[in-house]
Amino acid sequence: MGAPADFSVEERSDTGAVLRFAGDLNIATIGPIDTRLKSVDQTLALIDMSDVGHIDTVGAWIVHRLARDHGCDIVNLSESGSRLVDAVGKSDAGELERPHRPNVVTRVVGGTGEGVILAFTSMLAMLSFFGSIVRAMLAQAANPRRIRWAATVRHFELVGASALGIVGLMSFLIGIVIAQQGAVQLRQFGAEVFTVNLVGRLTLRELGVLMTAIMVAGRSGSAFAAQIGTMKLTEEVDAMRTIGVSPVEALVLPRVAAAVLMMILLAFYAMIVAMAGGAFLLWATLDLPIATFIVRIQEVVPIHDFYVGMIKAPVFGLIIALSGCYQGMQVRGNAEEVGARTTAAVVQGIFMVIVLDAFFAVFFTEIGWG
Amino acid sequence: MSAARQKECDVAIRITGLTNSFGEDVVHEDLSLDVFHGEILGVVGGSGTGKSVLMRSIIGLQVPDTGRIEVLGESILDGEEEDVSIRSRWGVLFQGGALFSTLTVAENVMVPLAEFYPEINSKLRREIALYKIALSGLPADAADKYPSELSGGMKKRAGLARALALDPDVLFLDEPTAGLDPIGAARFDELTLELQRTLGLTVFLITHDLDTLHEICDRVAVLADRKVIAIGTIPELLATDHPWIQEYFNGPRGRAAAVSHADEERRQNRFPAQSKSRGFKS
Ligand SMILES: Nc1ncnc2c1ncn2[C@@H]1O[C@H](COP(=O)(O)OP(=O)(O)OP(=O)(O)O)[C@@H](O)[C@H]1O
Ligand SMILES: [Mg+2]
Repeated sequence: MGAPADFSVEERSDTGAVLRFAGDLNIATIGPIDTRLKSVDQTLALIDMSDVGHIDTVGAWIVHRLARDHGCDIVNLSESGSRLVDAVGKSDAGELERPHRPNVVTRVVGGTGEGVILAFTSMLAMLSFFGSIVRAMLAQAANPRRIRWAATVRHFELVGASALGIVGLMSFLIGIVIAQQGAVQLRQFGAEVFTVNLVGRLTLRELGVLMTAIMVAGRSGSAFAAQIGTMKLTEEVDAMRTIGVSPVEALVLPRVAAAVLMMILLAFYAMIVAMAGGAFLLWATLDLPIATFIVRIQEVVPIHDFYVGMIKAPVFGLIIALSGCYQGMQVRGNAEEVGARTTAAVVQGIFMVIVLDAFFAVFFTEIGWG
Repeated sequence: MSAARQKECDVAIRITGLTNSFGEDVVHEDLSLDVFHGEILGVVGGSGTGKSVLMRSIIGLQVPDTGRIEVLGESILDGEEEDVSIRSRWGVLFQGGALFSTLTVAENVMVPLAEFYPEINSKLRREIALYKIALSGLPADAADKYPSELSGGMKKRAGLARALALDPDVLFLDEPTAGLDPIGAARFDELTLELQRTLGLTVFLITHDLDTLHEICDRVAVLADRKVIAIGTIPELLATDHPWIQEYFNGPRGRAAAVSHADEERRQNRFPAQSKSRGFKS
């Protein structure tokens, strides 16, 4: 829009070098002449604005900067133009250096150190977070009227009921995969009948609960972190505190309760569906009748396999809810932080679940539930 | 003043027959409003009467049920989403600031510059951002801070700096002085007036601040009962007998603001050299 900006420099004997602007000096036209202006190497004595059309604050800034750098005067400026130049001149804060970044070595070493410190402090912080949950739980046990039933039941639905479809599908497919791979491998030893043992023991002890935990961490752990994190950003959590509502009681406990209880139910459901998947595959490929599968399961799978799975489920639920809520509570500052903390919640949740699972495996074998 | 308005009566924003509703809840019904070039239009109304929704409709964030909206001669509603030329000609300050929280203040101001004028190199872009920030009344060291490190009033100013980034023709301000200290609010008013006079801006100013209305607004539009029930200079509004308008301007706060404004005028008439030359640039 408008005439393109231009300028020319003219050497005059009486005054010295005069720079003459022409055309419109505004944000749309200024781009091309900015670099050319930088390369003017004479010292200017005057800036002549008589041929300038429309001027806005960006144009005024360019003129002001030139006059400042060359220490020269501006002449023939329109009234509104001189007001603009005055206004931007008053707003000239001088060169403000960007805060410079330290060099690569310092950054990497410093980052590593900070990471280690952060790992330890966040472990402590998480422990104290767990402590505050236990305290809130005891307070609610002493005064059951403070329990937030509505929120808790809502989270039962979100964490448990609405996950039934996806957890069921996943477990069924896992049952099929175990049975199929087991049958193929065991056939080489003529031991296909043991596929039932494999399906029963593996789903009850390990896979039913582990896969459910991963699914719950992805679905609900992330949701916990994002919900609480956003509430931190909008100062809802602070507002809650000021009106005497404990965020741990109102936000964290319902989610922890839901995750713990629903993990038990979901894990049980996942075990049953996974075995159903295995039974279906064996019936379809090996012609093993479903009734025979059920009888064989009862014979070959010790009941403590079921206990092992059911003991792990609530612990995993607790871990997932804890890391989700903890990470949510750590959000401060900006929207990017919510994303980072949500990721951290899921990664941390799944990681801790798998580490604990390894501990459980050793522990249960040691006590003779192998 | 009225003669000046007649002369300068080309319209910057024209709204006709606007209806907005959220489900059952009708916010505007057959609302019409003209904003003239180069004026500061104050928009007042009780909380929840739809001032912010009106502004969102004008800038195309809220699609109305019916109605026509034209800004600088271009229709907002028929335009493609991609048609951005009009978007570079207005600046918006949202009620909550709406700064990008992952960017520093200077980067916030540089976003529209980079978006619309990529040919401006990054050094000049930063210089522009810095003087806009200073122009908005922020200290220089605020430029490299993140929004979460600013106070409420500083966020407002940073929002104004971003709204001014492109030297817009039309400026939308949603309660710019709410939450500012009285000195800061008065400076903000002066700044708005100064910008309007030097840049020939059209300003659409939503406010509850009676001082602002008296000091800088050329006309005031009153929103109530889903419509603009009255529009005009403050004396013109006072001549109507709508109870809400009477209560608004003649309540204890309204009278105090009017008195202080009259005092100011008198002081300035005694020293004509300083008197503000109000009215419209031509
Ligand atoms: N996204 C939305 N969904 C539903 N209703 C809304 C929405 N935004 C606004 N409203 C309703 O529209 C009405 C007008 O809201 P608006 O924000 O425009 O008020 P306002 O005049 O700006 O008030 P204030 O002075 O408090 O800022 C209110 O009744 C509000 O409930
Ligand atoms: Mg509003």
